[in-house]
Amino acid sequence: MSIMTYIGAIGAAQQEAMSADERVIIIGEDVEANVYGTTGGGKQRAEQGDFVQQFGQNRIRNTPISEEAIVGTAIGAAMTGLRPIVDLSYSSFLYMAMDQFVNQAAKNRYMFGGQSSIPVVFRSAMFYGLNTGAHHSDRPYPMFMNVPGLKIMAPASAADAKGLLRSAIDSDDPVLTFEAVPLWGQKEEVPEEEYRIPFGVARTRREGADVTVVGISGSVPLALQAAEDMAARGVSCEVIDPRTLVPLDSDAIVRSVEKTGRLVIAEPAHRTCGAAAEIAALVADKAHHALVAPIKRVCALDMQVPFSPALEAQIYPTRERIVAAIEAVCADQLMSENRRVG
Amino acid sequence: MELSRNLPRETLLEMQRRMLRIRLFDERASKMVKRGYIPGTVHTSIGQEAQVVGACMALNAGDHMTGNHRSHGHPIGMGSPLGPLMAELVGKATGVCGGKGGSLHLADYAVGSLGESGITGSSIPIAVGAGLSAQVLGEDRVALTFFGDGTANQGVLYESMNLASAYKLPAIFLCENNFYALSTPSHTVTGGRIVDRAAGFGMPGVRVEDGQDVLAVYDAVAEAADRARRGEGPSLVEVMTYRFREHSEGLRINVDYRDAEEKAFWTSRDPIILFREALVARDIASTEEMDALEAGIEEEVEACATFALESPDPDLSVAFEHLYTDPYELEAVL
Repeated sequence: MSIMTYIGAIGAAQQEAMSADERVIIIGEDVEANVYGTTGGGKQRAEQGDFVQQFGQNRIRNTPISEEAIVGTAIGAAMTGLRPIVDLSYSSFLYMAMDQFVNQAAKNRYMFGGQSSIPVVFRSAMFYGLNTGAHHSDRPYPMFMNVPGLKIMAPASAADAKGLLRSAIDSDDPVLTFEAVPLWGQKEEVPEEEYRIPFGVARTRREGADVTVVGISGSVPLALQAAEDMAARGVSCEVIDPRTLVPLDSDAIVRSVEKTGRLVIAEPAHRTCGAAAEIAALVADKAHHALVAPIKRVCALDMQVPFSPALEAQIYPTRERIVAAIEAVCADQLMSENRRVG
Repeated sequence: MELSRNLPRETLLEMQRRMLRIRLFDERASKMVKRGYIPGTVHTSIGQEAQVVGACMALNAGDHMTGNHRSHGHPIGMGSPLGPLMAELVGKATGVCGGKGGSLHLADYAVGSLGESGITGSSIPIAVGAGLSAQVLGEDRVALTFFGDGTANQGVLYESMNLASAYKLPAIFLCENNFYALSTPSHTVTGGRIVDRAAGFGMPGVRVEDGQDVLAVYDAVAEAADRARRGEGPSLVEVMTYRFREHSEGLRINVDYRDAEEKAFWTSRDPIILFREALVARDIASTEEMDALEAGIEEEVEACATFALESPDPDLSVAFEHLYTDPYELEAVL
């Protein structure tokens, strides 16, 4: 095992994949200079691990600022023999290429009766909570969950980010990664050897008996902190990270709710039609018999992101908001707990 | 440079065959729309056959092509067999896309046809990507994309031209200029000439003034393809042509947006009649041989319609296949 940051793990996965398969290329704005820290060993060309030195400019290329052409070109390249990784940097930039994602990446294999496979990974990072203002702070993964044909991963830890990205690069279907920039610096033990984490398998981050807390992306560490707070008050939380949203491990969530009878879902995306809404609907449908309390969502408010540090933080889920939601669904238990203590 | 000068007789005859296939296939498809055998509508390439075939036949086996909503001619031009194409238009199990694409979304990977597109401009960067894979993998192939004069005003074209030029990709941008974006005369919504835009991206632009002459189109595209194969990058080829029919079959537009004189001029320049006359005049084939060639294509088209109509409907389960390459569970709670 070695300790790696979330961003370092993404860089390591890219390096491994580039070394393993000559069909893997990386294209994107500013990838040659390793501006975002996932395509090199450091900030110097001469440093060991620099992707341009290691793989050559045939396989790692800066692109013009032309998202629609970048995404479309990567799709076409994937349909004809390459396995491109496209670095789109900010997730807000995906909108510039919406037609290519929705009408080409997601539909070509289906429309053409399975003639094509489209092994391409579109990486983007959600820079929220960092005072970058409304144009750079989006968490738009739910929009893409609404497009059948795309696969979506949203890792919340270094080890998951590395293993899932390798699976994404191996996949013969288009994958969108939504990386959480607030987690970039977080460290975790990561296996030394190459490994893959399959899509559609949730990770139980903490076992518990009283309430299931599903956390997504940057909300996973907050859910874990909230679970810690509640443990001190006698409430046992089971924290589940789905890790991939398409496919979604609904079985793991349903199984957990059948055990706990309660569900709180926390995510950094907007509330309306978010991943939390989808998970709530799934559980209402499949585990209604087990529910002893309403399902609670802790999401970003349906509001745009204000710039000022004084204003921004209140938009997203916090440890406190997750605790409040757990309190609400565990009110009975907390009352009896209080009676017993009193 | 007239690369077409040395084309063997068989290639010239194949050009005429492919133009005839497009013409008769589309005439047949039009009838089948009217009679309700083809659901929805179709956009025919009738009148534009030389522009399509001249371009496709300038490509080699292994090259790639992407197209647009005027969609049947392109795969036929690449040599796709007619039966599965017609079956696709009808929505049958034997369709080239298994009945899931339809007229607007034909693709036949076996002949390098990577897909037509119902969204104009959407398939342009796909061809650029095929050029990128050729360059990265060191494979000797080029990619051509067809788009209309209307699509020439889509931003994605310029992003794609710039990227292809900056990377020197083996790509050919072929503008099928039939003068109208549906009913809108393109000069009224287009600044300057489309061909002149090539210069802005540092690539050659060439305009084929007589797009009804299949050899003129062939020459322009063959030269662009040669250049691409030499590693010198992409080209823009604008071909002036005319659609003889309405934008789509069954469409009724009350305003007569096309001038009668203009229409008469262009319909007098039928690319199939012109090439037949040229082949006979050059002693490539006799009139009897040309008659026999035409009769052969008539039979092919008749057979493709029969094949399509007699083919079974797709199994209902096909609707739930091919979304992903690996098995997936469809949440089928309705």
